[in-house]
Amino acid sequence: MAAPVIDSLAGERTRRTAPAPRNGGRFSVHFAHYKWLYLLLLPGVVYFAVFRYAPMYGVSIAFKDYVPFLGVNGSPWVGFRNFEDFFANPDFPRLLGNTLILAFLNLGVAFPLTIILALLLNEVRLSILKRTVQTLVYIPHFLSWTIVASLSFLLFALDIGPLFQFLNNSMGTHIDFLSDPAWFRPLIVLQEIWKNTGWGTIIFLAALSTVDQDQYEAAIIDGAGRFRRVWHITLPAIRSTIIVMLILAIGQMLNTGFEQIYLMTNALNREVADVFDTYVYFVGITQGAYSYSTAVGLFKSLVGIVLIFGTNWLAKRFNQSGLF
Amino acid sequence: MKIHNTRGGRIFDAANYVFLSLIGLITLLPFVYVFAGSFATEAEITRRAFFVWPEQFTMGSYEYIFATPAFVRALVTTILVTAVGTLVQLAFTVTMAYPLAKKTLRGRNAILSLVVFAMVFSGGMIPTFLLVKDLGLLNSYWALILPAAINPFSLIIIKNFFQELPAELEESAKMDGATEIGILWRILLPLSKPVLATFALFYAVGIWNDFMSPLLYLSDNSKWTLQMYLRQVTAASDLLGTGNVDPNYVPPEQGIKFAVIVVATLPILIFYPFLQKHFAKGMLIGSVKG
Repeated sequence: MAAPVIDSLAGERTRRTAPAPRNGGRFSVHFAHYKWLYLLLLPGVVYFAVFRYAPMYGVSIAFKDYVPFLGVNGSPWVGFRNFEDFFANPDFPRLLGNTLILAFLNLGVAFPLTIILALLLNEVRLSILKRTVQTLVYIPHFLSWTIVASLSFLLFALDIGPLFQFLNNSMGTHIDFLSDPAWFRPLIVLQEIWKNTGWGTIIFLAALSTVDQDQYEAAIIDGAGRFRRVWHITLPAIRSTIIVMLILAIGQMLNTGFEQIYLMTNALNREVADVFDTYVYFVGITQGAYSYSTAVGLFKSLVGIVLIFGTNWLAKRFNQSGLF
Repeated sequence: MKIHNTRGGRIFDAANYVFLSLIGLITLLPFVYVFAGSFATEAEITRRAFFVWPEQFTMGSYEYIFATPAFVRALVTTILVTAVGTLVQLAFTVTMAYPLAKKTLRGRNAILSLVVFAMVFSGGMIPTFLLVKDLGLLNSYWALILPAAINPFSLIIIKNFFQELPAELEESAKMDGATEIGILWRILLPLSKPVLATFALFYAVGIWNDFMSPLLYLSDNSKWTLQMYLRQVTAASDLLGTGNVDPNYVPPEQGIKFAVIVVATLPILIFYPFLQKHFAKGMLIGSVKG
């Protein structure tokens, strides 16, 4: 099934020829002929107008002082005041720091681990072992963050969690993983690794399967060992995949998953846990500062767009194929 | 081709196999513990730090949760919302994909551009919340279904699939006087069953796992879904200063938490073989498209 879909994405084919009005005819004739199709199109178009484009228009409240009973249109304009408030707020540097630290931890730890796991899996010639390991490590990807968080609460709980007890019995440590701010980031990265590293290997494994086997043979004749072959043949062969995935990851950098962070946040670790996404929720939804939090969200999206175009530009400068 | 393996290579292979097996086991370990714990007595959970097999089997935790109205309500609600939501989302996606598969339809390209634009840009949390609120959908289950009714990416893949089907099928039906809606219903949908099943699964997992929408839109805790209930059961003891947890809520025994986690995980595990097969393909298609 995969191949034809890929083909169809790559190029549109005109195989179907409708028996009636082509371009150039009167629209009323065209419409009458296609009335059932336009009728079918209607719910989808309404959906996009209401649930996708209306909220985009709603972003304008970032530049307004939104008052619920005046609505989006009726609320008075305030220019950049919400943004100025945010940049002057001591929360801003804290949020930026927390978000960036988590993003770099994920990029620096989880991302390379994905590549390493893919490389290790690629070296396996025992296909039953390879398939079994793949089946196991893909599972967590399909679980909700609620389940991941719940499992963490149970495993790391103070006094009763297995991990707490194990460390307490063997080393006499007394670590409160869930509330100690110092443990917040390691836990988040650990969850991310557990949930998504396995799944992330799929793309790299697909790239690895296209590497030309003759090159390995030639390298063996030249006396290259296992690691040299990986270093000189395998890694260069998947370089463009790594770069594309890296650009995508950097573009998503500020999108520290809302659900994950929200679920792991508590009163004791707020100082390090707050990131842009959860801040928008706490300030916007629970405190009702709609305009201000929309401005925060808009700022985050804009930085995200700059990041993705910036990385793409850098990748191209260093003579790599970029994303677009 | 047979790669000659050196001694170092064999040692590496052995170490690699052991290491990967360990990774696989470690991934599985939390489930095994929770699964075993859900059948164990509270005394055993407290006494033994970690186990993969209970000394004394009991269904007590399951009997307890299935006798708890709030849990049963959350479970039934989630099953219904997932079923109805999947059908609604699939219906929205298919009805829009079919006309867009017709190259001669005017306005098609403009609409497709708008769809692609919506893949990249979104209004964000607050404007979407305000919209749902203005539509009067707060505390309505439709708020969990409608805002995500069409996944633009699924829409485009289904559109491409329709486009690839042989045109002759449709033309002969037209000769017999069928309308486009009849063609879609009687000819195209039966042909697209495997594809539609894949996307149904995709939508179902999304709704089942969704935590953010119920958190945003369902403040009435008698309407909570399973994910919300799970979060209250497992997190209540953790000094949350985040709101949304009833301060008077008394956290249950550990065994109860284990059982709720198992129930919330089970449907995903049952469908996992299909998920693995189809989602892996979906991900690769996504990467080709960029």
